[in-house]
Amino acid sequence: MTSKILPIVFGAALGVAATAASAATLDDVKAKGFVQCGSNTGLAGFAAPDDKGEWNGIDVDVCRAIAAAIFDDPKAVKFTPLTAKERFTALQTGEVDVLVRNTTWTMSRDTTLGLNFAGVNYYDGQGFMVRKSLDVTSALELSGASVCVQTGTTTELNLTDYFKANGMEYKPVVFEKLEEVNAAYDANRCDVYTTDASGLYSIRLQLTNPGDHMVLPEIISKEPLGPVVRQGDDQWFNLVRWTLFAMINAEEMGVTMANVEEMKGSDNPNVKRLLGVDGKFGEAIGLSNDWAARIIKHVGNYGEVFDRNVGPNTPLGIARGVNALWSKGGLQYAPPIR
Amino acid sequence: MPDRSRAPGTSIAYVRKDEAPAFSPPVATTGPIGWLRDNLFDSVGNAILTILGILFLVWTIPPVISWLFIDAVYVGDSRDACVVENAGACWAFVYAKFGQFMYGRYPLEERWRVDLTGILLILGLAAAAIPQVPFKRLTMLFLLVVFPVLGFVLLTGGHMDLSAGFWLGFVGLGAVLLAVVLGVCINAGLAPLGPIRDVGLGLLAIALILAVVSFDFGLRPVETQLWGGLLVTLVVAIVGIVASFPIGIMLALGRRSHMPVVRLVSVIFIEFWRGVPLITVLFMSSVMLPLFLPEGVNFDKLLRALIGVALFASAYMAEVVRGGLQAIPKGQYEAANAMGLSYWQGMGLIILPQALKLVIPGIVNTFIGLFKDTSLVLIIGLFDLLGIVTLNFSDSNWASPNTPATGFIFAAFVFWIFCFSMSRYSIYMEKRLHRGHAR
Repeated sequence: MTSKILPIVFGAALGVAATAASAATLDDVKAKGFVQCGSNTGLAGFAAPDDKGEWNGIDVDVCRAIAAAIFDDPKAVKFTPLTAKERFTALQTGEVDVLVRNTTWTMSRDTTLGLNFAGVNYYDGQGFMVRKSLDVTSALELSGASVCVQTGTTTELNLTDYFKANGMEYKPVVFEKLEEVNAAYDANRCDVYTTDASGLYSIRLQLTNPGDHMVLPEIISKEPLGPVVRQGDDQWFNLVRWTLFAMINAEEMGVTMANVEEMKGSDNPNVKRLLGVDGKFGEAIGLSNDWAARIIKHVGNYGEVFDRNVGPNTPLGIARGVNALWSKGGLQYAPPIR
Repeated sequence: MPDRSRAPGTSIAYVRKDEAPAFSPPVATTGPIGWLRDNLFDSVGNAILTILGILFLVWTIPPVISWLFIDAVYVGDSRDACVVENAGACWAFVYAKFGQFMYGRYPLEERWRVDLTGILLILGLAAAAIPQVPFKRLTMLFLLVVFPVLGFVLLTGGHMDLSAGFWLGFVGLGAVLLAVVLGVCINAGLAPLGPIRDVGLGLLAIALILAVVSFDFGLRPVETQLWGGLLVTLVVAIVGIVASFPIGIMLALGRRSHMPVVRLVSVIFIEFWRGVPLITVLFMSSVMLPLFLPEGVNFDKLLRALIGVALFASAYMAEVVRGGLQAIPKGQYEAANAMGLSYWQGMGLIILPQALKLVIPGIVNTFIGLFKDTSLVLIIGLFDLLGIVTLNFSDSNWASPNTPATGFIFAAFVFWIFCFSMSRYSIYMEKRLHRGHAR
């Protein structure tokens, strides 16, 4: 008897969560006056506190952009730091309005969890880090190298596949914990370190001589990271998705934090539509028509956000690579506003 | 014939009148050398161990000292200061982040409230802990009733939003309670005035506390999401300790009670909470609980952690106290009964004072364990001291090879200070209360 009742109770509880989630998030957010945003519990360049305890990062800025679009105030956002295990529950139950926590967009997550991925704010993927003294410029020259890798991860499987596919030999040096991998690589026990590229850059900062190491250009797996919202609230989904697109479009059109007011007087019809001078695009997503102008004024365009948090002039020093605009050979592409 | 013409005071036979000057003891048995021979080199085996020990210290201590202090970087405003060649500990990192380590993300301009709460707590604790200070009763009243309310108002900003409906319900419930007391008294043929007055005063006190908590003192509200660092560690630990002590004693008494229902409930409670890991409790509270609550009903995360930790520690405390109760000879219980003391009088005056004194080490052990367990709140996204230190490793402005080690040493040092003080105070209390068996 119990065995029959229990699943029903669980199912009902989940059902409640699912139906409740279909309420209009934007109205709730407007009523409470801030966006509740699920963030990482600390990842360099994506969500990390500065000396004053303010959260900074490329993920955090997406949340601030949403807040700027709705309230014209990038500070109208509260962050809920979530662990990897908690993140989806927190979103499903309405504890957070949007999850921007370097979450990889995969089919199973998109289709089975009652969630929707609103876009990609960072294209990550597995990469390789080597010592500059090794004189290697491409991962294809790594045949015969010893590779430090964390065991039991998809990273390890990708590594095997990549070397097999390219007919190369390698010697795996596997460890259970990330710290052990760091220490082993730093102690020269292997030639190559492999994990997600964004991780490689932050690990490099913790090596004895960061300048002696470089990340190779090859990316061997797809890890598109992006903001996630609950399924069933298309208005909110559109708002988050177009917040991201507005930032990318702004970079493409050269609208920056500094020149956004000036650009409102531009003759370019694309810029006029973006900044709400022409058309009523903001109203369609439940906002005022200068929504994109607000985002750019407070947070900046995608390129500015990237450069400020992870770009070449930050300690992380990540090159744009595949995250460059489509017009510059990257993957960041936003549909036009028209 | 003996010669009697000798001068007085001389004698043929040599009779010593005063002690011979003592030889200094052999060099090898006294002084530093003697001490060394006795303690460090009294056998070949020990001599070898001593030499190995010294070599080990020589091998480890200088590098540690030079890493910690000599090569350490004390000033700087970013990682650049700490990534120089052969740099030691990066204390500049701790200095830059010190505010966060203490208060978390508590707003800068409101941090005086945390300081004030801390000072009040220290004053109260000092007054309660030092035997020479008078007014113990008033101090305890302050610590157990006034301070929690004051601390709550100061830290959260007070101004709890209690609706009119809540007050109506409270008044209604109070009236029902008073009526029940009245009914019971009349039924049992007792004078109703005394109990009614007691219950009424209790209700009034609760109403007063609620009124204070919901009054708007003009303090800016600071939600618990912004709390962090040592503040969270101390709040969780102190609430856990203060709540677990009485609950634990009740559970221990319950478990040894002759009333089957009370005993069963106590046993189930204790065995359940002792049987599940704290990390599971916290995890359940943050991942499962929200699924069962209607949307919009959001339990404060810190409150969830506090309840979980308090219940968990109570179960452990109950078993420690039960150990003390079992160590009291049966004669003491019988003596209490023979004197005509009621159950509570007997427990309060005779059994518990002895039992609790016996288990002071166990109680303090539980407290110290609890204090260190607070780090687990990290898994529900609350940043205690250790959590916020680890979190700041992800600030790319400060990431360097030495940053993590420095941060961990700092956290360990702070934890050590608190745990060591607790342990010292417990030893002092044991000695003070151990008069009867002192030798």
